[in-house]
Amino acid sequence: MSKITDFNTTQKNTWCAGCGNFGIWAGVKQAYVDLNIEPHEVANVFDIGCNGNGCNWLRCYAFHSLHGRVLPVAIGIRLANPKLKVMAFSGDGGALGEGGNHFMHTCRTNIDMTYVIHNNQLYSLTTGQMSPESAQGMKTKSTPQGNPLVQLNHLQIAISAGATFVARAYAFDMKELTRILKAAIEHKGFSVVDVLQPCVTLNLINTSSWYTEHMKILDDTWDPTNKEKAIQITGSWDKGIPVGIIYKEDRPTLEDSYSLYDKEPLIQQVHKYDVRELLKDLA
Amino acid sequence: MKENETEFTWKIGGAAGDGQQIAGSLFSKVCNQEGLYTYGYSEFPSAIRGGHVAFGVSVSSHKIHALYQEVNILVALNDETVILHTDEMAKGGIIIYDSAKVSEKAMELAKKKKIVLCALPISNIIKENNLRALATNIVALGATFGVLQYEIEAVYAVLNRVFSAKSSEIREMNKIAVDSGFGYAKKNFKVAEFSLIKEGQKGKNEKLILNSNHGVSLGAVAAGCRAYVAYPMSPSTSILHSLAEWAKKTGMVVYQPEDEIAVVHTMIGAMYAGTRAMTGTSGGGFALMVEAVALSAITETPAVLAVSSRPGPATGLPTWTEQGDLKFIVNCGHGDFLRVVLAPSDAQDAFTYTALAFNLAEKYQIPVFILLDKYISEGYKSFDDFSTEVKIERGKMITQEELLKMKEYLRYKLAKDGVSARSLPGMQNGLHLTNSDEHDEYGFTIEGWTPETRVAQVDKRAAKLPGILKDLPKPQKYGPKTAKITILGWGSTKGPVLEALNFLENVNYIHVPAVWPIDKIAITDALKNVKKLVIMENNATGQFADLLVAQAGIVADEKILKYSGRQFWPEEIVEKIKKI
Repeated sequence: MSKITDFNTTQKNTWCAGCGNFGIWAGVKQAYVDLNIEPHEVANVFDIGCNGNGCNWLRCYAFHSLHGRVLPVAIGIRLANPKLKVMAFSGDGGALGEGGNHFMHTCRTNIDMTYVIHNNQLYSLTTGQMSPESAQGMKTKSTPQGNPLVQLNHLQIAISAGATFVARAYAFDMKELTRILKAAIEHKGFSVVDVLQPCVTLNLINTSSWYTEHMKILDDTWDPTNKEKAIQITGSWDKGIPVGIIYKEDRPTLEDSYSLYDKEPLIQQVHKYDVRELLKDLA
Repeated sequence: MKENETEFTWKIGGAAGDGQQIAGSLFSKVCNQEGLYTYGYSEFPSAIRGGHVAFGVSVSSHKIHALYQEVNILVALNDETVILHTDEMAKGGIIIYDSAKVSEKAMELAKKKKIVLCALPISNIIKENNLRALATNIVALGATFGVLQYEIEAVYAVLNRVFSAKSSEIREMNKIAVDSGFGYAKKNFKVAEFSLIKEGQKGKNEKLILNSNHGVSLGAVAAGCRAYVAYPMSPSTSILHSLAEWAKKTGMVVYQPEDEIAVVHTMIGAMYAGTRAMTGTSGGGFALMVEAVALSAITETPAVLAVSSRPGPATGLPTWTEQGDLKFIVNCGHGDFLRVVLAPSDAQDAFTYTALAFNLAEKYQIPVFILLDKYISEGYKSFDDFSTEVKIERGKMITQEELLKMKEYLRYKLAKDGVSARSLPGMQNGLHLTNSDEHDEYGFTIEGWTPETRVAQVDKRAAKLPGILKDLPKPQKYGPKTAKITILGWGSTKGPVLEALNFLENVNYIHVPAVWPIDKIAITDALKNVKKLVIMENNATGQFADLLVAQAGIVADEKILKYSGRQFWPEEIVEKIKKI
């Protein structure tokens, strides 16, 4: 049985006091413990950014990747060893800016892993520039006259592109965040969890009170299997940001397509192969 | 040059889609089935239909390493074939042309030269025999063998073997097509006497015809590569096709993601997890992958990349050849780090070096490149002794038992040889952080506040160099031990130079199979007693020559460079060397 402290390293965290990352960090550890996952059974793939620095204080196997590239690295790990729990973590900048193409196409793969997007609607480690999640008109260091671009509706994209578990949580609602993360990890397929996360230092607009005012928690009557409604509701932001398990469907995974569960993982298949049979085809 | 008739060249040209590739492949197969050896190569535009496509095959009674420029028999299915290739014709050569498709005007050009012209009414032959237009190339092939007075049975045998999976209707159609072309030629054309072809037919020696992309693909399978991740790009694409085609048999995961960036990171993820994975691309696709080369370097995750060059910059000449990406690959990626670049010269090298690339990548936990170009990626060479033996060396990989006995495992533990043992995700007691940030021995991010850790990790990674150099294939010498002129080349230039050596006296060749890192001692040793050093490269600036100056202080006396989109012809090497 794993316990929360198993997931702590010797490193001191460097997040600002009150950062939403603390909530996500705690929620992830709690989910692992509740699901009885041991640290060595997980490969976490981290992006570059404040969230990515968390690789130093979440004790698991971890790959601190390049900006925007967590998903392809995670896919490689899953294909090579589907026995591992694979989790990818990225900020909204890495997930939707630098890594936007990977996000769209990974949804199509339906590979069995979980993607946690730390969404603070800003590039923070680089001291505050607009991100694909910043509202149009938002004044940031790179857009002092106001952000000229509209906000990206990434969960709508996720559902349209084929993600089979799409949810949103709030970093400071531990109970609900943990419940959603657990459901995401247990889901067989590509699960996307967008976590609303106040940046207390640099985003003085989307604060905790702003989120509290704008969130619209989905209640028990919400049917997450209704794709049309899920796409519709993920289009909503200012008039109520939907929070909860928005969409869920069962579909074969990329691992299924390659029949990876029918044999030993690729990591155990590395040895000499006789290619003389293939040569006959070329003669 | 043809006096002794040591080789013979046949070429077929026509519009894209006319089936020259198939005709060329069949011609090669028929020759190879007998005692002959071939080197075949196709030149074509970046288009599916339209544009001119030519396939040339040089034939010899001994092993042959390159396509010759001088053509003995040219099969012309369009005007362009005559316009573009008449200059390549040997004295007394033969042009068999489709009299319905090739215009009088084009033929005027050919008539000016001492060439035998044979009008082949292909469309009439097709009509008379109730064939489909698709059979054009096969009728032309039949006519070739008619002129050559080839044993028709040998041609049937190859057709039967190659089309064994096709319907009996198609097989019958091909037989009729070959027969009708063969019969027409025998009846109407003057017979060509090529003693080489006649002599060759006496032997029976089953051979393989492989290009270097086949070599890479086979090498990957043999070496236990279990995932091939790639995005299509000429001239690397046929690796993807072969491995995808074989996946049912080999069980390899062949995956084509959204772009080259995803490709390379997926490969690295799979390598990190502990399998063997690789990717293949060309210069432009590789440009998108560069950030991950640096990632592989700092995280010490093995990476294997096959890059088959075509002329750049940018889209360049997509379906032509050049050795223009060497400096790019040697210098790519930000920061200082080690990488290895292996440069095969043919399918056998490509096989051997692909297997070696995996060993080096895992043994030293570094990125390793297999650098090819279009000329060898699509240059089809005969082999009668193709070796499929590989040795697998995975380097320091810690086992679960060893981990359980350890008090503390450190992924980036400082080691004299720079290599620290890998644990794989999933193993108990082997936790670590694989970190693109500079890190300590566990993998935790460091800052410049601990400069000694930064320096120690940089030095650790650099300490792998002596071991790497020991494992690299050494320069190879061909021709006389000492000579007035020594040619030095790498990669694809080897084939044409080896052919040229047959016609040169007092000239030898030094081939460099591992172009990076440069082993100063080995190269200096190989060049001891060289009187005049001529470096030959298929690029505009002499990229390897520059590296030699910088790394080993070796300066060429002359450089022979070609960057027209074509490889070197043996004939032009002979001519250029004789002028020196």
